[in-house]
Amino acid sequence: MEVLDGLRYTEDHEWLRADGDQAVIGITAYAADELGDVVFVELPAVGRRLAAREVFGVIESVKTASDLYCPVAGEIVAINDALTAAPELVNGDPHGDGWMIRLRPDDPAAADALLDAAAYRALIGG
Amino acid sequence: MPYGPHTVDDRGRMLAMLGIDSVEALFEDIPAAVHATGIDLPAPEPELTLVNRLSGLAARNRTDLASFLGAGVYRHHLPAIVDAMLSRGEFFTAYTPYQPEISQGTLQTIFEYQSMLAELTGLPVVSASHYDGATATAEAALMAIRATGRTRVLASRAIHRHYLATTATYFSGGGFTLQELPTLPDGTTDLAALEGALGDGDPVAGVLLGQPNAFGILEPMAEAGRLAHAAGALFVAVVEPVSLAVLASPGEVGADIAAGEGQPLGIPMQYGGPYLGILATTEALIRQIPGRLVGRTRDLDGRRAYVMTLRAREQDIRRDKAASNICTNQALCALAATVYLATMGPHGLRDVAAGGAAAARKLEAALAAVGVRRLHAGAYLNEFVVRVAEATAVHAALLDQGVLAGLPLADWYPDDADLSEGLLVCATEVTTDDDIARFAGALREVLA
Amino acid sequence: MSADAVIVAAALAALPDRTAGDEGRLGPRSAVGPSLQPTLAELSVPGRHTDQVPHPPADALAGIPAVHLRATPPALPELNEPGVVRHFTALSRLNYSVDGGFYPLGSCTMKHNPRINEWAARLPGFARLHPLAPDTLAQGSLQMLHELQGMLAEISGMQAVTLQPAAGAQGELTGILLIQAYHRSRGDTERNEVIVPDSSHGTNPATASMAGYRTITVPSAPDGGVDLDALRAALGPRTAAVMLTNPSTLGLFERRITELLDAVHAAGALAYMDGANMNAILGHFKPGAAGFDVMHYNLHKTFSTPHGGGGPGAGPVAVNAILAPFLPAPLVVQDADDGFRLERPGERPASIGRVRAYQGNAGVLVRAYTYIRAHGGSGLRQLSEDAVLAANYLRARVGEAYELPYPGPCKHEFVATARPLKGATGVRTLDVAKRLIDFGFHPPTIYFPLIVEECLLIEPTETEAIEDLDAFADAMLAIAKEAREQPELLHAAPVTAPVRRLDEATAARRPELRWRSMTGAETPCPQ
Repeated sequence: MEVLDGLRYTEDHEWLRADGDQAVIGITAYAADELGDVVFVELPAVGRRLAAREVFGVIESVKTASDLYCPVAGEIVAINDALTAAPELVNGDPHGDGWMIRLRPDDPAAADALLDAAAYRALIGG
Repeated sequence: MPYGPHTVDDRGRMLAMLGIDSVEALFEDIPAAVHATGIDLPAPEPELTLVNRLSGLAARNRTDLASFLGAGVYRHHLPAIVDAMLSRGEFFTAYTPYQPEISQGTLQTIFEYQSMLAELTGLPVVSASHYDGATATAEAALMAIRATGRTRVLASRAIHRHYLATTATYFSGGGFTLQELPTLPDGTTDLAALEGALGDGDPVAGVLLGQPNAFGILEPMAEAGRLAHAAGALFVAVVEPVSLAVLASPGEVGADIAAGEGQPLGIPMQYGGPYLGILATTEALIRQIPGRLVGRTRDLDGRRAYVMTLRAREQDIRRDKAASNICTNQALCALAATVYLATMGPHGLRDVAAGGAAAARKLEAALAAVGVRRLHAGAYLNEFVVRVAEATAVHAALLDQGVLAGLPLADWYPDDADLSEGLLVCATEVTTDDDIARFAGALREVLA
Repeated sequence: MSADAVIVAAALAALPDRTAGDEGRLGPRSAVGPSLQPTLAELSVPGRHTDQVPHPPADALAGIPAVHLRATPPALPELNEPGVVRHFTALSRLNYSVDGGFYPLGSCTMKHNPRINEWAARLPGFARLHPLAPDTLAQGSLQMLHELQGMLAEISGMQAVTLQPAAGAQGELTGILLIQAYHRSRGDTERNEVIVPDSSHGTNPATASMAGYRTITVPSAPDGGVDLDALRAALGPRTAAVMLTNPSTLGLFERRITELLDAVHAAGALAYMDGANMNAILGHFKPGAAGFDVMHYNLHKTFSTPHGGGGPGAGPVAVNAILAPFLPAPLVVQDADDGFRLERPGERPASIGRVRAYQGNAGVLVRAYTYIRAHGGSGLRQLSEDAVLAANYLRARVGEAYELPYPGPCKHEFVATARPLKGATGVRTLDVAKRLIDFGFHPPTIYFPLIVEECLLIEPTETEAIEDLDAFADAMLAIAKEAREQPELLHAAPVTAPVRRLDEATAARRPELRWRSMTGAETPCPQ
């Protein structure tokens, strides 16, 4: 199961990629595999402020619906509109075109407290 | 035990496999203090006794009167083919189609139901049905609340009393507000009052009007819809499906959601149910609609097939975040509607609606000829209110004459001086000239 | 392949495959077997019709202003009666049903649907009665409903019953609203939580949310019962109710039921029982007598009313004395002169109001009434014993090849898991289920309850003959063997059904919920 170095991870299987003063967030290949075929992703409005671990959306597969948790506090600056027409991008490219939200974190260092790739690998037993 | 197959030998084999002497051993998990010793009910009855018992009970009901009673449930001709198809065990003893490969019969009939109701309502997304018109109306109101994030709903008082009462009950858990709008002397909803109410108080999530309304009167739907949308509210039309063969559809008049009672589509009256809750909406609200949806797809070999879809909205997956707790649909009742609509077709359905309208106009004239006139001046399709002094007493006297003279509205509007002297009467395609003559004749006698 | 097999294959391949345009294949026609069907829209031929009612006069709608009328007739299909019969008959052949075979569906109680119930519901005296008919015209139905109220009260050990809720889920909502009204009537307004076990059916938390409550979930103990310590810790001054299923959704009786109920009441909360599993305990356990305050029935489970492809059902609610005043009005009551009537407005002033129009699904209720009368108290008790015996027998047989996560005995249903197969062979419970179809059985309930991985929930009911139980168990064992030796057979299954596995992802991503066009033009209405 692919786990990319250079990203940070949460125990709820979200990944975070630092990009300047912003962060890009999505779910991992492990999570996408567990969910099965993704059919819908409910994303928040741009401009919304989220706390750490606050639910920012819902991801639906054919048989399940799961909450999506925001790894760090911040303000939403962009969402991935492509997922409306093509939710399957989450399955095909979970770390790339399947990204979900772009956030401006309140505290740039908050991501350091998240899991690194090695710790996430250990978590999923890979 | 009437339907169990187990002989003494069968039970013996099962006990032997389990290494126990009696089935009592399998009930030792029930603590002694709460282990019941039986149920106190009358003795079991073989089928012949049941036949006599049920026949006797049914014979104590009276369904032979000349009936003009509607008020949400209607006497219609039921084509024999409807019950013939419903009686097929492959339909009525089938389970919910969770295993689509062996449930294509049920799934395709629901898809056909959704398609035909989409045509009648003019709205593209139709649920596989809700319990009845009242709960469909309550769920429509809750949809408006969820979709807008607002908590107040305006509903004409000329919506079926039971539908409003059910909506109020469904609102009680979330603390939402249901506010009734007054009607005008012509029987329509007061649009000036609607406009005032929209601007006075918490923002409104939805506006509900009936078409025809509970007085049988035809409402100014398009104008009401415009007022609702101007205030950012959704517009909900509460409708009767046979009338949709001839009336402008909810989609045409700008409704975002349609709710209604599908009983007139081939379902017998049965003293209360089971009936068919119609719920339809726009593409924009597809994720808000509760209940099952059946969609079209393909199998591995490219065959066209049907499957329950958008399941992640439902209670077994969303649990406490589900839009509704509904776990069933009225599948067999939706099948009745599907067979009925397939049998009647567009022209047959129109004949039913127009036949009722024609009979209702004869009824109006016959009653006017004995001095009993409509309370409201508004246009109607096949149901209306007539004013009769001491309406409730007159209604009781007419029963003795073999006439069921509609519904005394004092039951529903006891505090309204005009309506409590009203009888809500209807005619359908099964109402005969003899029925009408009997009603008018009996009324003349009672009033004399 | 043998020479004959080559010819057979060629004969099959030569059959014309019907298509539905670019929407997929319909396969070849079949003389007597199941055959996929076009839709009514595709079968429609303008002008086809069988007159059902007389044509009204041309000016029937003349008095209605044009603004209210449709411009054109609705585009509904046009068929005549033979066409309608062929279409729906063919569709029925695509369905599995209880009439056709065994449904080992845990939590559903797919027992035989007696035909005498169908006959009773169709009696014109019952079927043609309007729900708003005056009580004097409805004495037969009112008497039947009144007797049913009493029988359901006696079976549950409760004091009063409402027949109004249209389904089990609606019964749950009714029950929770009753509890809410009770607390509010006592000025106890801080209770905003409902506790459910993690094994609960999804309707339980969905119901709590509909009533405005927050759901607190407590774990199940290793023995499958509710963790009593966890429940005690979760109970408090904000608890309105605890919703329990007994036997649980794992098919196990709550041995600590008395302690659980005591804890609930000690916290000032009320106890709701989800009655879906009553088939296990009729005549052996009366929820009201044991301390539950309210419960719902699923008549389409325990009392044999047909599932109808997904409904209609009925969900009567039974309550103890403290909740009776809040029941949805009207109940059916008996007068001193032995007449029956519906309660009048205002007669139950504390009622929570209506949960639906009219007084209940009388057409379903009469079927349950007939069924209870057929059995009597002794028959119902016997029924539960047979259901529990059959479940334990089947559990012993299925346990030869599948892991049983909880020790026995079970009640009317049991849990098995295919988890070891997944580890060893990659085969999942879903694949086992689909292969069971090829062996001629509807699969059991799968992936519920959620707390058991790769779960199978199996309920035989009391109306399956032992030879059918053995045939099902033999199939389960054969499939377990196939999983180890030829797992590809399971992954490809089903191969004998009219369709193979479906693309559910596309159906959800790009929903197509109605046909898009009718064949032919609409004809003007005949004059």
